[in-house]
Amino acid sequence: MIRLDNVTKVFPGAAAPAVDRVTMEVPEGEICVLLGPSGCGKTTTMKMVNRLVEPSSGKIFIGDKDTNDYNPVELRRSLGYVIQQIGLFPNKTIEDNICIVPDILGWDRTKSRARAEELLEMVALDPKIFLKRYPKELSGGQQQRIGVLRAIAADPPVLLMDEPFGAIDPINRAIIQDEFLKMQAKMKKTIMFVSHDIDEAVKMADRIAIFNEGRLVQYDTPNNILAHPKNRFVSDFVGSDRTLKRLQLLKVSDAMMHDPPSVRTEDTLATAASLMEEHGHNSIIMVNATGRVRGFVALTNAAGKKGKVGENHETLPTTINVTEDLRTAVSTMFRHDVTWLACVDDDRIFKGYVTLRGITHLLGEAHRDG
Amino acid sequence: MAEHAAAAGLYRLWRNGLLVLIFALGAWAWASGLLPTMIDLWDDIVYLARQHIMLVIISDGLAVLVGVPLGVALTRPALRRYGDIVLQVLNIGATIPTLAILALSMSLLGIGDTPAIFGLFVLTLLPIVSNTLAGIRAVPPHLIEAAHGMGMSTRQILLKVELPNAMFVIYAGIRTALAINVGTVPLAFLIGGGGLGELIFSGIALNEFGMMLAGAIPTALLAILVDFLMGQMQLWTIPRGVNPLR
Ligand SMILES: Nc1ncnc2c1ncn2[C@@H]1O[C@H](COP(=O)(O)OP(=O)(O)O)[C@@H](O)[C@H]1O
Ligand SMILES: [Mg+2]
Repeated sequence: MIRLDNVTKVFPGAAAPAVDRVTMEVPEGEICVLLGPSGCGKTTTMKMVNRLVEPSSGKIFIGDKDTNDYNPVELRRSLGYVIQQIGLFPNKTIEDNICIVPDILGWDRTKSRARAEELLEMVALDPKIFLKRYPKELSGGQQQRIGVLRAIAADPPVLLMDEPFGAIDPINRAIIQDEFLKMQAKMKKTIMFVSHDIDEAVKMADRIAIFNEGRLVQYDTPNNILAHPKNRFVSDFVGSDRTLKRLQLLKVSDAMMHDPPSVRTEDTLATAASLMEEHGHNSIIMVNATGRVRGFVALTNAAGKKGKVGENHETLPTTINVTEDLRTAVSTMFRHDVTWLACVDDDRIFKGYVTLRGITHLLGEAHRDG
Repeated sequence: MAEHAAAAGLYRLWRNGLLVLIFALGAWAWASGLLPTMIDLWDDIVYLARQHIMLVIISDGLAVLVGVPLGVALTRPALRRYGDIVLQVLNIGATIPTLAILALSMSLLGIGDTPAIFGLFVLTLLPIVSNTLAGIRAVPPHLIEAAHGMGMSTRQILLKVELPNAMFVIYAGIRTALAINVGTVPLAFLIGGGGLGELIFSGIALNEFGMMLAGAIPTALLAILVDFLMGQMQLWTIPRGVNPLR
């Protein structure tokens, strides 16, 4: 846990404070993204946590210990730190770069080198190839990964990351973000993450702290920030497409109608028709004996007709996995020109369906009372 | 890569050596009687060459011992703002002709080894200090920030980040300094410092071409050898990651 208590920083000679009475708490195991325009004090706020910048007033706690009670050098060794320029040491091999903190902490060499190898494997870089390389022999994306590995080498509970993926191209950035989120799901570190990119913040954050001119304007979950921007500044900053951005945060399962009616191949069309009338639907999903989606029957083809469902069904243009986000769902609907989708799990078992209306309703609901 | 550079270094040595050889042979043909002169003077050559090398080692060694720490000190927070001033003073010093420096040194310290060493020391100091300063200043600030952020102490940052990353430039300064030094040592004879200059200047004074070459040829060979050795050191002792030669 990182806690800032009324923290202010006024740089000597500056007219206004760079950070102005900020109070916030990053809960254990969460990613908090500090977000705001350039110069709003994000970096300064972060650097006060590891005392690269000393606060003018206020207190900062790691766990329940005041950072002022630490020796600054020792404090920094216990916190991971990643910067935008990466800052790998060109004179050291990748192995030695990763092991910088373990080495200054005096870890046994065998242990630290084994750790470097294990970390490289985590990001799918072959240790046999990369351990003995020098930074200049790596691509930008590879260097960025090493920068992160170096920060977590000594397994600090807290990570400070200042625009850590800012210097790479969008495609590689998305890959590294996903990779990092996967690692974080296992590591559960408490992370303060600086960004100026709302999309990155929405993707990475458990909580977003929006800064403007040194002040903390709004501190909330990405969904709440997008649904209820506190003022004009926040709504302008998150963008006029903020509702579309929320689609990325919500999963198909959030908007899905559960326990849907379905028919089997051997059911009669009459059964299908009466089920549809009962639920007020004009089509129904057909599943096989194991529950896998096989197709659908339209009401117009079933009402008053004789025969088995299995002989009169149509194929579905597509289905969607329940773990996909709603943005993908909506985009899939538009692509196939449909207003609903059958939802399946990883085994293609039928779980329910999402409709465009249901999604609109969900977004509107959160706007009203979320 | 490394073998390649070493091969290139060897090749350069050979080529330079060959040039000197051709030059020497031509000179020998022209002033026949050189070889006997050199054989006659062999003991002197060895003695003076040793003296010559000692002058180089002592004056350059002192310049490294003083220049590198001075350069480092001028990049520390407390002294940072004096860096440019010191450089300017040294640069002005460098515009003073070599002979004038030796003469000044002699007028301060008299005749003998001491003023010669002092004069040579002053001459070689500038490239060492200025390259140390420039090399450390050129280390990107974000490396220092990353180092601080990971909890390295100021001392660890100097030893593990700043110096290794400035090493190539510092070596280049020492290499330049040595080249200046080796080339200037013959003049040290003029203020009583000894060395191969004794043969060169006596040869000129006595109009004995053979004697002059007996001093000049070993001086040239020495300069080439020293530069080659420095090049090899630069090649092998600087980590691959910060060594443009590898
Ligand atoms: N070391 C410093 N000395 C003086 N002013 C600084 C220093 N660092 C940052 N500032 C100022 O503080 C403000 C906030 O900077 P910063 O925290 O770097 O912003 P951000 O990271 O949000 O872009 C800016 O106006 C910047 O110019
Ligand atoms: Mg910043």
